[in-house]
Amino acid sequence: MFTRSFILAAAFAGAAMAAESPQLGQPITEKEAAAWDLSIGADGVGLPPGRGTVKAGEEVFIAKCQGCHGEKGVGQPADKLVGGQGTLGGDVAPVKTVGSYWPYATTLFDYIRRAMPLTEPQTLKPGEIYAVSAYILNLNGIISAKTVIDAKSLPKVKMPNKGNFYIVYPGEIK
Amino acid sequence: MSDKTESENFDAEQVAGNGLLDRRVFLRQGGGLLGALGAAAGLAGYSKPVEAETLVVPSWTTTPGAWVQGYTQPSKYEGKVVRGPMPSNPYNNVGPGSVRSPLQYLDGMITPNGVHYERSHNGVPDIDPAGHRLLIHGLVKRPLTFTLDALSRYPMTSRISFVECAGNSGGMLAPTAADGTAQSLHGLVSCAEWTGVPLAMLLEEAGVDPKAKWLVAEGADAATMSRSVPLAKALDDALVALYQNGERIRPANGYPMRLLLPGWQGNMNVKWLRRIKLLAEPAMTKDETSKYSLLLKEGKVAQFNFPLDAKSVITKPSPGVNMTAPGLYEISGIAWSGNGKIAKVEVSADGGKSWAPAALSEPVMSKAITRFRIPWRWNGGPAVLQSRAIDETGYVQPTREQQIGARGSRFQYHCNLITSWGVAASGEVKHVYA
Repeated sequence: MFTRSFILAAAFAGAAMAAESPQLGQPITEKEAAAWDLSIGADGVGLPPGRGTVKAGEEVFIAKCQGCHGEKGVGQPADKLVGGQGTLGGDVAPVKTVGSYWPYATTLFDYIRRAMPLTEPQTLKPGEIYAVSAYILNLNGIISAKTVIDAKSLPKVKMPNKGNFYIVYPGEIK
Repeated sequence: MSDKTESENFDAEQVAGNGLLDRRVFLRQGGGLLGALGAAAGLAGYSKPVEAETLVVPSWTTTPGAWVQGYTQPSKYEGKVVRGPMPSNPYNNVGPGSVRSPLQYLDGMITPNGVHYERSHNGVPDIDPAGHRLLIHGLVKRPLTFTLDALSRYPMTSRISFVECAGNSGGMLAPTAADGTAQSLHGLVSCAEWTGVPLAMLLEEAGVDPKAKWLVAEGADAATMSRSVPLAKALDDALVALYQNGERIRPANGYPMRLLLPGWQGNMNVKWLRRIKLLAEPAMTKDETSKYSLLLKEGKVAQFNFPLDAKSVITKPSPGVNMTAPGLYEISGIAWSGNGKIAKVEVSADGGKSWAPAALSEPVMSKAITRFRIPWRWNGGPAVLQSRAIDETGYVQPTREQQIGARGSRFQYHCNLITSWGVAASGEVKHVYA
């Protein structure tokens, strides 16, 4: 009996301890938080409905991206998006682009949706983002001009430099 | 002083080549040391200079000063102590930018708020705290939002921590030594006292699902900059910081709240923090894949290399903070490690041939800037000054040759090789490769 009371008392004490934080968070549902939930998983979780073609992407690119990223993504003043394959392993200056460097195609959707165009982020519709992602992947020779990009096909795109990435954490780099 | 000459007394205190003196010289009193100091500094007998100054009473002593102000500014005579160099911007002054702390004009371990370094990815948002929320969701039992007022009622934790951009010191990899200063080469590091709510407390309230191993932290700026963070770090020493050196965090540093991950890549210390989503896997965002990853030899890319290894740099003297006449000086600088406390800083005045331990100014704190100091008798000849930090894990800051030998010269981020300052006979100090 003593033991049992003791355990109960300890359990109550534990509960009281857990309640010691102020508990001032406001409960919210995922649905109510949806407008802020921009995260896309590398496996495609979180990608919204919609689809885009390379051709439609070219139109979006010319209208919204080319001013900073140059014709067909050659860069300047903003990052070069195309080319650079073969520059990472040697002694030449590395040209890091979506095609030569990026390990995941889902990152394209995630980044364009949240941060591009620079002066009006979060204004592109999902179909436009899929389309411009398709266009950039096609410029890099990663997908054909006929590939349609959507929530299913984007995570399946094999990025050529993926195999060169390795994760350091929780280890240490030399 | 017995029968020794002043020069012999001085030499007795030399602990490494080209005039480095025992770190305790400035602290000791009496006997031969005082004699040695006097000899070195030309203080012996305080002989009157040829052109002695006659003191006059200045106007500020004979007229009333300025009235009190609500928020003070540095003296107008300290105009050079500002962030810089100001970057050029091709987008009409919107978009990404960075600006560096004037390390060579600061002393101690704390960076004043007005000159804390800044890296932002699409400008500094003008956030009204009444409309700001911190959302915690994903793999949790109870998704929650917190207002600034709510978080302000939580028990606070303070810690002094450096924040350093992973791209800091990347210019040290250039094939020839850049004509730079401590600020332009290494100024993407600053150190402040941060005060806020332990993230672990908020996560506990939300109830972390056992499947969660990572979280993605996201800012409310126009880049919604986002980074994946291992849950283990979040539960260890992460803070949702609300205060910087006693006042609310400055807008450029994340007002009204930022994530603080002591010792880890600056970019992960997400400013204007608005959202934390618990995940089973990292999100693989742009800033943890295409940026802030290290391109190593043969094209291998090291991703998720989080802590910043031990680094140090001499700030006095340094380019722009030149030597004048030969004599006794204090060499001073800063050291820091993302893996713990600084255990030791060694200084060389002969380009790395010989080293002497510097004194570490208290307090020496884990993952904070530590100030080091060592006396130096400059004989007026050429010298190459270097410092190397050793942290409590035993890690030794590498030479340029060692680091480039191990990683190549294209890794861009997490560069922490030893800096060399060349001192010319004229007293001018320049960045050199030694």
